[in-house]
Amino acid sequence: MRHLPVRQLLVIGVAAVVLALLPFQLSGYHQTLAARVALYFVAILGLNILTGYSGQISIGHGAFMAIGGYTTVLLSIHQDLNLILTLPVSFAVAFAAGILVGIPALRFSGVYLALATFALAVSVPQFPLKFSTFLGGSNGLRTTVTPSYLWLYGVSWACAAASFVLAWLLLRGRIGRAFRAIRDSEVAAASSGVALPIYKTLAFGVSAAYAGVAGSLLVLVTNGYAQPGLFGILVSLQILIGAAVAGLGSLRGVLVGALFIALLPTVAADVPVIGSTHGQDVVFGLIVILVMILLPNGFVGLLSGLERWFKTAIKSDPKTS
Amino acid sequence: MLGLAKRKTSVTTGGSLPVVALLAAVCVFLAIGCAVSSIFAQQTVAGLAQGAIYGSLALALVLIYRATEVINFAQGEMAMATTYVAYQLTIWGLTFWLAFFVTLLIAFAFGVIVQVVFIRPVQHSVIAVVIVTIGLFILIDGLVTWKWGGELRFMAAPFGNNVYRLGSVTLSRQDIGVLLVSILSVIILWALFKFTKIGLGMRAAALRPAAASLVGVRVNWMLALGWGLAAVLGAVAGMMTEPSTFLQPTMMQPILLYAFAAAVLGGLESPAGAAIGGVLIGVFMNLIGQYVDFATAELRLPIAFAVLLVVLLVKPNGLFGRRQVRRV
Repeated sequence: MRHLPVRQLLVIGVAAVVLALLPFQLSGYHQTLAARVALYFVAILGLNILTGYSGQISIGHGAFMAIGGYTTVLLSIHQDLNLILTLPVSFAVAFAAGILVGIPALRFSGVYLALATFALAVSVPQFPLKFSTFLGGSNGLRTTVTPSYLWLYGVSWACAAASFVLAWLLLRGRIGRAFRAIRDSEVAAASSGVALPIYKTLAFGVSAAYAGVAGSLLVLVTNGYAQPGLFGILVSLQILIGAAVAGLGSLRGVLVGALFIALLPTVAADVPVIGSTHGQDVVFGLIVILVMILLPNGFVGLLSGLERWFKTAIKSDPKTS
Repeated sequence: MLGLAKRKTSVTTGGSLPVVALLAAVCVFLAIGCAVSSIFAQQTVAGLAQGAIYGSLALALVLIYRATEVINFAQGEMAMATTYVAYQLTIWGLTFWLAFFVTLLIAFAFGVIVQVVFIRPVQHSVIAVVIVTIGLFILIDGLVTWKWGGELRFMAAPFGNNVYRLGSVTLSRQDIGVLLVSILSVIILWALFKFTKIGLGMRAAALRPAAASLVGVRVNWMLALGWGLAAVLGAVAGMMTEPSTFLQPTMMQPILLYAFAAAVLGGLESPAGAAIGGVLIGVFMNLIGQYVDFATAELRLPIAFAVLLVVLLVKPNGLFGRRQVRRV
């Protein structure tokens, strides 16, 4: 692991150049679409840290996204804070929320944790309705300034890059090893001296913080409106779908997962087979099912399958042996 | 992850002494309340009827969980779709009850087909099954909205609008009917599992798939049968929900939430636990709606889940769940 991963760095470098040049080729609409890809990238990355690396399921990341999104809007309205500066605050607030949720979540695992997080996802969007004077009710709140398309593109991809680097640094060392040990066997991890409560809560916190930033970006992408409907249960499920399509326990597929959930609904809307606005759901659902049947381990599973095939193909080649 | 744990070595479930004592205390409390206040009694009966619906959908979830070790997120939407089928049948001129039984047959076939076509190809991977059920959720939602549209539709009321008076207490015929139908379907299902050879086969397939297939149980078909029966229970829940919410594509989504909560409260492995959990949640929801001013419509769901989470913190495996003991 100590030598420089030349191939990965090359891939990342090419991706960075493409991303930097891309906005000048895109229309405003496509720039926001690309910003959406970036924000789903951040959210899926966060969920992958929790579910893929430390083995805790969450169907409630929409709740943390809501927390992040409302943090941004409230800071913009009441403090008139620069929108970029609200992002680290969202990160911190959602991190704290994640820690708070992660502590009781230590008692749960499997389906019980799924229910607990699901309950969170359903409950959090109810609060703006209850406390409508402060949180705006079902109409929601709006940031004082609305950013431009280019601003959205740049900021969200900068966030995506920063979170990728942070995740990579976090997961390659001691913490990542502890996460994986917990995922593979809690008992074995604890016997080897991994402090389960600390690392499991930390995973929850980091993952929630990522979701918080993604939520802030989601609010900014939708014209600065934070509404309860924006953070319904569907967004939690979308992120879960994205993480599964990307493949859990590896960072290599995250971009594919983000592209999948950001672009497929708009692509599905253009499929003329059914010829109605509801055709979108039909096509989306069908494609999700098909992808999971064909690639049960997601894009990462496909990649490693290809690699294995490639290696055996080289080995069986008589010239190289 | 979602049930990634290895199969438990023991699936027998039963209430422990404190749990049984607690349930007895709840029954006594409800009985005293009903005797004292007629509003309390009315709310309790309405809660029982609502809870019976939660219970039957929760039982459907438990059936599938025991066989496949996942929560079927599409269960509510499957129930909703079959209710639309019943609606279509009544449009074509069938009476409600004829449509009811025809729909149960259709629902059974539907459940079996879903398992064979969509679930079987991915059943070795838990996360893939979960995502497929979420995909089914979106797909069925889209199909129903495409075929019947999103607006409210109305079916003939199965029980009429009569009320019974019992002293000062008014009981609606609909609540009583819903309660009876749900209890009846649960009892029939229990008898099927307890007294028939197919039921024995299904229990064996869920408990020890490998051993069951060695003694000649066709495990795959038993799993499909389980999905079919779960879909039938869902259809009952859907058609019993319709009189109070009317037909719309989102009608089963809150019900699924409560059913999920009920199944977890009951311990996920225990059919009796799911039914009891459903009834408890139904009654609790109705009573806090009546007596706690803070619990307005927006906060009812969060409060219900908060209470559920507190219960789970005390008993992490539900009221009737067994502690999972595993070899490492």
